[in-house]
Amino acid sequence: MTLPALALLSQAAEGGALSGARESIVQGSYLVASVLFILGLRSLTRPTDARLGMQQAAFGMLFAVIGTLLNHEIITYQWIITGLVIGAIAGYPMAMKVPMTAMPQFIAFSHAFGAIAATLVGVVEYRHAYDPAIQGLQPGLSSGTAAALGFEVLFGALTVTGSFMAFGKLQELITGRPITFKGQNAINLLLMAVAFGSFGWLVLHPDAAWAFYAMVGLALFLGVSMVLPIGGGDMPVVVSLLNSYAGLAAAATGFAIGNNVLIIAGALEGAGGFILSMMMSKAMNRSFGNVIFGAFGSAPTSTAKKGEARESKTISTEDAALQMAYAGSVVIIPGYGMAVAQAQHVCRELMELIQKKGGDVKYAIHPVAGRMPGHLNVILSEAGIDYGTLLTDVDDANRVLQTADIAIIIGANDIVNPDAEEDKGSPLYGMPIFRPWTAKTVYVIKRGKGTGFSGVENPLFFRDNTLMLYGDAKSVLGSLVKEVKALDEGH
Amino acid sequence: MTQIFQLYVFILAGFIGFFVISKVPPLLHTPLMSATNAISGISLVGAIVAAGGQYGKVSTILGFIAVICAATNVTAGFLITDRMLAMFGGPKKSAEGAK
Repeated sequence: MTLPALALLSQAAEGGALSGARESIVQGSYLVASVLFILGLRSLTRPTDARLGMQQAAFGMLFAVIGTLLNHEIITYQWIITGLVIGAIAGYPMAMKVPMTAMPQFIAFSHAFGAIAATLVGVVEYRHAYDPAIQGLQPGLSSGTAAALGFEVLFGALTVTGSFMAFGKLQELITGRPITFKGQNAINLLLMAVAFGSFGWLVLHPDAAWAFYAMVGLALFLGVSMVLPIGGGDMPVVVSLLNSYAGLAAAATGFAIGNNVLIIAGALEGAGGFILSMMMSKAMNRSFGNVIFGAFGSAPTSTAKKGEARESKTISTEDAALQMAYAGSVVIIPGYGMAVAQAQHVCRELMELIQKKGGDVKYAIHPVAGRMPGHLNVILSEAGIDYGTLLTDVDDANRVLQTADIAIIIGANDIVNPDAEEDKGSPLYGMPIFRPWTAKTVYVIKRGKGTGFSGVENPLFFRDNTLMLYGDAKSVLGSLVKEVKALDEGH
Repeated sequence: MTQIFQLYVFILAGFIGFFVISKVPPLLHTPLMSATNAISGISLVGAIVAAGGQYGKVSTILGFIAVICAATNVTAGFLITDRMLAMFGGPKKSAEGAK
């Protein structure tokens, strides 16, 4: 054996081959994880496969974590293990206890945690590159890596505070009303410009630590100042957009530390959040450009039609129950009000009673009903309502409504506001809505005479075939159930 | 060169994400958001290296906090997704719902 070959061999024995094999295992675990993530997301196209698919994705995450533990850079494990245990212990009760109605704010909260991690990793990597202890041994950062780290902390920090603000608004710790002050947009734009300026400087001068930390600080501030002026009703778009930002931050981490699973998962999430916010803004009739730049602060100004005092017709639960009991086809249009009142279970009871009497019951679920897209589907499924009875397409639902005897609107408002089609001055104009008034009779179960999330009055409530049932959704539905049952006993 | 390669991966994965996710029906949009949230916990991988590497005391502490946060995100994200998806259980569903 020649000498160089021997040297090579010993080198290999000392670490080369070993670390090579190790590296293969690490990369292999990342590959498996990436594939499982993609399959997991794909499984979400079919409700029956979704659960298994996402469980596999969770295994993918486990693979990625185990693979990472073999990384040759890791020398101590106590902090890692302790951190993992604490995180798992903290996450478990959070996930098991949160009510389904609180899902949007829960996702925002969980986002904030992921974003904190991404931001801190960025800071650690940056510090490491300019660690005085190894100064001179390492060439510092290349412009490309500095750009990736800058991007990471910029989006990461923005997501941290932005998500906490969204959480606060959805949880109603902060007022859902837009908080605005004069010159707000100008200040935000200025701060953004400074943040991007720092970013540019950092790319050109990767050793400029001040620029790096200035970006972190500015992004933290921007997260707050950009979400504050947005109304509670628009929060789902914000959460989804922050979802996308968190993905981009994770992908940037991947670029910075040369890790493909981070890049892939980040790209998947970045794309996912982006598409969802696109769909949502379309369903809410907001321009997409507004959403991307996060500048959708303009609060919908309520059209001043309040002057004319109109009265809507009310009906007693007895009469309503009688009508409902003998209806041939019923379409229920639930809104977030139903979820808040926890009325989904009693709603199912009413549905079953009507079905028993031979009536056909469908649910029309608007894309933005609830606090986020698909939110009400989850809540109704929680009550054991078969997802086969849910109409999630606005056009389909409107076709069914045309031939329906009865439309029951429970705690929904803006998604059934005819102004969206008839009043060009309305902030809702152009939003695809349900047309419950095409059914023979419309029953509206509503807590009070207030307006919807958008603050716009709803002329539907004053139409001739609309009858109001004021009260808490759960108790109104409860008495309807009782009345329908009483009808049976009377016979 | 490696950064070009990373960009390839990023863009191709982005396309996959776009096509896969645009096929998800509105019925499952909330679980989808929760699922992508869980997957974003992948920052955990970076956090683990930060907490376990020889990066100095401050970095280790920051990394430790990052591990806690990311692990919380992962655990909570996947569990809640599972909790939601369990309700969309397929044919058995109506039997369970009758309880």
